[in-house]
Amino acid sequence: MKLSFQIAKRFLGSNLTQTIIIILGIGIGVSVQIFIGLLIGGLQNSLVESTIGNSSQITVSAEEEEGLISEYEPMLKDIENSDGRVEFVSPVLDNPSFLDSDEKNQSLLVRGMKKSGADNIYSLSEYITEGSFEKDENTVLLGDALKEEYSLQKGDKINLVTPDKRTVECTVTGFFDLQVASINESWCITTLENAQEIFGTGDEISAIEMQMYDDSVFEADQAAKKIRKVLKDENVTVTDWKSQNQSLLSGLRGQSISSLMIQIFVMISVVLGISSILAITVMQKSRQIGILKAMGINNSKASLIFLTEGLILGVFGAIAGVLMGLGLSYAFSTFALNADGTPVVDLYIDKGFIALSGCIAVTACLIASLIPARRSSKLNPIDIIRNN
Amino acid sequence: MDNILELQNITKVYGTSVKTQVLTDISISFKKGSFSSIIGQSGSGKSTLLNIMGTLDEPTSGKVFIDGTETSGLSKNALADIRNKKIGFVFQFHYLLPEFTALENVLMPYRISNGSIDKGAVERAKELMEITGLASVMNNNATKMSGGQQQRTAIARALLNNPDMILADEPTGNLDSNSTENIYNLLRDINEKFGTTFIIITHDRRIAEMADRIIEISDGKINVDIFK
Repeated sequence: MKLSFQIAKRFLGSNLTQTIIIILGIGIGVSVQIFIGLLIGGLQNSLVESTIGNSSQITVSAEEEEGLISEYEPMLKDIENSDGRVEFVSPVLDNPSFLDSDEKNQSLLVRGMKKSGADNIYSLSEYITEGSFEKDENTVLLGDALKEEYSLQKGDKINLVTPDKRTVECTVTGFFDLQVASINESWCITTLENAQEIFGTGDEISAIEMQMYDDSVFEADQAAKKIRKVLKDENVTVTDWKSQNQSLLSGLRGQSISSLMIQIFVMISVVLGISSILAITVMQKSRQIGILKAMGINNSKASLIFLTEGLILGVFGAIAGVLMGLGLSYAFSTFALNADGTPVVDLYIDKGFIALSGCIAVTACLIASLIPARRSSKLNPIDIIRNN
Repeated sequence: MDNILELQNITKVYGTSVKTQVLTDISISFKKGSFSSIIGQSGSGKSTLLNIMGTLDEPTSGKVFIDGTETSGLSKNALADIRNKKIGFVFQFHYLLPEFTALENVLMPYRISNGSIDKGAVERAKELMEITGLASVMNNNATKMSGGQQQRTAIARALLNNPDMILADEPTGNLDSNSTENIYNLLRDINEKFGTTFIIITHDRRIAEMADRIIEISDGKINVDIFK
């Protein structure tokens, strides 16, 4: 084993230019694979993040339309205990109301949620443009769009008309921009307690909203299944973002498949290329193999030399490929910019994927070296000696 | 049994569609410690005979006995093992590995059967290189030596595993007359010192006469076999 390794090292070293070119060839193949994999991965992450990063990923709501859930505290506990993948749980109370002002009026969705829930699920504090989310009685937050429309200032009072025709005066303590126009025009955010007070519901909620840990986002449907089981005795429906976003998911799947196909074909061409080059090196070293066999090296040790060459080339090629692939990804995220200067795709490093690509590269090179190794095993010393 | 090598009725035919009979019914044996030369015209079959003696080639019919063991039933690996331990080859073209130094080339037969090098092997290699006059070029790369030095390295290498016999095919064919004489004196020295059997092919009659036994091959048959 040691001898084959040393001979392989010397053989590769004897024509360093050729060896470096081979390593670069492997490296380029690996780097393309890594770059595409990271790019698609990053794109998918951005897409999913922007779609459901700031919304409820699993929602438990009352079975009847417009119904309310009363004994919700035990449910919250059950949910937290049922599935470790759920990161945040937030009870909310949604009610329609009417914004009544002198010149215009419109409907508003009054969303009552705890401050922690608002931040955990909607990252609300990041999107507050003015003022703050207060706990005081009858204080609300409105979207930026409404600020413009109704010429409102922080501290102004507005009139909310409830479904049972009561008018409640509320103070606007701040404004938000949640990046979606329809939300900015229709949501009115307040605390859970305030909403319960304003609409006179008592300690009831309309839904429990949840978010998963980042790495479990795609398991929302499985977690929802578990939660459905845990809550089967209650009159509730459990929905998850995946069943609500089928077309997004099939788009992502299509992207993943095409990316995978590109990676596979890149790898196949690398294997074929390396295999033919290594076959040439067997020819180049046929004299040396003949001498070694005349000295009594057996066929398996002789073929091990070329398998080892494949291994060495694979390892260095994988390292070169990973470095180049990361370099390409970094360059892309630095130079491919949107109009506002943010990168088109954020740099996304998946260590597991990179390690896997490295291993596949090494394996591919080993496979590529099988045919040349077999050829060397069949070389007859006498043919070489006679022909020289 | 003091025959290190015995050939019985060896015949060799090359080719499948067009057959060429290179050796016909050759029977010959060599005693341990002997120093023999084989001469003959080119095309007479002497190299083929030597290759069959060294298990590099298989006879079409007939038996080869190396130190009493018949070789026809042995596996490729077993034959490789015999070549490694009992036989040393010296060819006309020295066939050193250009990627290694002279010393590393000499040590190669030992490494092939043992994987790594131990002190004893290195000592022996150095001793052999002293005997062959190569002490000053031990660490030279194989390509950075003269023709004579390269051939002497090949001889030292052939001797490393202390083989029972050395088969040499025109070992001095590529060297000038001075180096040639030196090499032959060296071979005779080794034969005396270590008792290694030598079978040497040469086309030079002058050199052949330095041996104790001259065998002439002609058209695939033994023409002459003289003990001096």
